[in-house]
Amino acid sequence: MLSGSVTSIAIILIVIFLFREGIGLFSSSEIEHGYVLALNKENTVQKLNAHQIKDIFDHEITNWSEVGGKSEEIVLFRLNDITNYVSEEELGADMENVPQALSKIVSENPGIIAFIPTEYVMKDFNGRVLEERNITLESFFLGKEWYPTSQPAAQFGVLPLITGTLWVSLWAIMIALPFGLAAAIYLSELAKPGVRKVLKPIIELLAGIPSVVYGFFGLIVVVPMIQQLFNLPVGETGLAGSIILAIMALPTIITVAEDAMRTTPRAMKEASLALGATHWQTIYRVIIPYSISGITAAIVLGIGRAIGETMAVLMVTGNAAVLPKTILEPMRTIPATIAAELGEAPNGGTHYQALFLLGCILFLITMVISIVVEIITSRQFKQQM
Amino acid sequence: MKLFDTVTKKKKASEWIAFMIFRLLSFSIVGILFAILGFLVVKGISVISWDFLTMAPEEGMTKGGIFPAIVGTMALVVGSMIVSFPIGVMSGIYINEYAGNSYLVKFIRVMTNNLSGVPSIVFGLFGMALFVNTLGFGDSIIAGSLTLGILVLPVIIRTTEEAMKSIDNSYRTGSLALGATKLQTIRRVLLPIAFPNIITGFILSIGRVSGETAPILFTCVAYFLPKLPTGIYDQIMALPYHLYVISTSGTDIEASRPMAYGTALVLVFIVLIMNLLANFLRRYFGNKVKTN
Repeated sequence: MLSGSVTSIAIILIVIFLFREGIGLFSSSEIEHGYVLALNKENTVQKLNAHQIKDIFDHEITNWSEVGGKSEEIVLFRLNDITNYVSEEELGADMENVPQALSKIVSENPGIIAFIPTEYVMKDFNGRVLEERNITLESFFLGKEWYPTSQPAAQFGVLPLITGTLWVSLWAIMIALPFGLAAAIYLSELAKPGVRKVLKPIIELLAGIPSVVYGFFGLIVVVPMIQQLFNLPVGETGLAGSIILAIMALPTIITVAEDAMRTTPRAMKEASLALGATHWQTIYRVIIPYSISGITAAIVLGIGRAIGETMAVLMVTGNAAVLPKTILEPMRTIPATIAAELGEAPNGGTHYQALFLLGCILFLITMVISIVVEIITSRQFKQQM
Repeated sequence: MKLFDTVTKKKKASEWIAFMIFRLLSFSIVGILFAILGFLVVKGISVISWDFLTMAPEEGMTKGGIFPAIVGTMALVVGSMIVSFPIGVMSGIYINEYAGNSYLVKFIRVMTNNLSGVPSIVFGLFGMALFVNTLGFGDSIIAGSLTLGILVLPVIIRTTEEAMKSIDNSYRTGSLALGATKLQTIRRVLLPIAFPNIITGFILSIGRVSGETAPILFTCVAYFLPKLPTGIYDQIMALPYHLYVISTSGTDIEASRPMAYGTALVLVFIVLIMNLLANFLRRYFGNKVKTN
């Protein structure tokens, strides 16, 4: 009994642990933990979102009027800028005067925005600490920028990653589909039993090759090929990922689609042939329509395989977290992001939590795909009854 | 009559073209497989030597061998099989012999399918959260083995289930009629018959485990270790991760290329041998059962 439900337990555990680690992101502050942003008291700006903070510190926004304040030049201040304002002697031998110095600097510069550790903000701090805001669902799901290590406010916008994943996977399916369907038709209808016996294991072998080997092959062969073919500065593009993923998704597509085609009742095929239809007409007028739900299931499963694939994609797509315009650009997918960044993200930090949330998204996508396939195939089953 | 002929001819021609395309595309897939394998063999075979298989990497992964990575992968294979094989086989037997055809079984089957669809990197995250952090195993063989064990559970469950399903019902009724209990029937009658097919699943999952990278990324592997692991709480090197690091990062990527070719070839060799073996067993025993 217990052993029977072991997979259910595993899934429940996965859900619990992924969400437990990831959900904390939305109760974390946008500003790096242990730090605050302090403004001059005269400054009228009440709120800044993570995106604005990043633009300010990247010198993209240089005047307070751009974020709803008075027209005043923005003065950036980080803790190590302190020696530009006061001499080291004034700070004291043990840096004991730092809080007072900070307070003075903030009060004297009307346009200042100071990124300083919380511990230096004393009771008599002569400035205004910007209200802390938590990372919102909106900024996570609709944010267009993924800069998880940017200071003072990391950007966790997953839109570029989701788009990258979808682009790479959908292109992969478009490349794989003609090959996959052709092979499925060939194996189920045309191939002689002897040929089929050889071909099937060979196609299954494709599924056995580890993804890291595909990635290696892609890196050495496909990437330079694409670079030359399209005359690109770098060959590590979404297309390279799609080609490799297409090869990897082929066995899934072929096996499922072939199984579906083979379930076409013999009587139907023979009736069609007896009416004078050619074999080819029978295939595309009878067999394909009959097995269309199985073929759909094959496509959906193939997409699922492509979306979740990690190592091969990580090695060949170039991993640039920007919203892609064409398939010939470097792209970054959700699994590749997790694999590339989790090793460097401090345990329990916001970056770590954001990566676990990405894992949750990935998990949900694959769950939805499994359920869709379940529905499609059970419908086919009913049809047969 | 003439009209009829031309129509037939046209039909025949389009059929011929369509079938030609199918054939071409199908065989181009075979071509792709052989291109990949051929490429790895041509580039990698000259690297493989006794020293390559038995020495540790040297000089920033540009010389030496891959022995620690082979040992690590073996440790992971053994560990994950200890975790998953007994549970998987029991689970498969339960589903087929005890659970009947209730909603519960349907649910379990859907869950098993779902688990096999979960991306490997999600297993990596899960393993890191549960085994490495919560249970405090740290980056270790045991954490990696548990993670990989859960990953291959669906493979073992499914092959066991299919093996049990393919056994003719007369064996069950016969054994029960002779007064054997259900447990005895399973242990003495059904398991011996299903054994070859169950072993197929076992071998397939060994192939799967030795090739997986994403789940072990955060649960057990290290870039380089000066000595071999001594216990289950040690970190290890592993073949797939080794291939990943020496082909994408490292002190001198160009100089470590030959090492990468060699590693890829060894890895593919292990995985393909496992797949071929499983295939062979399935066919061999498949025929045997039929002649019985």
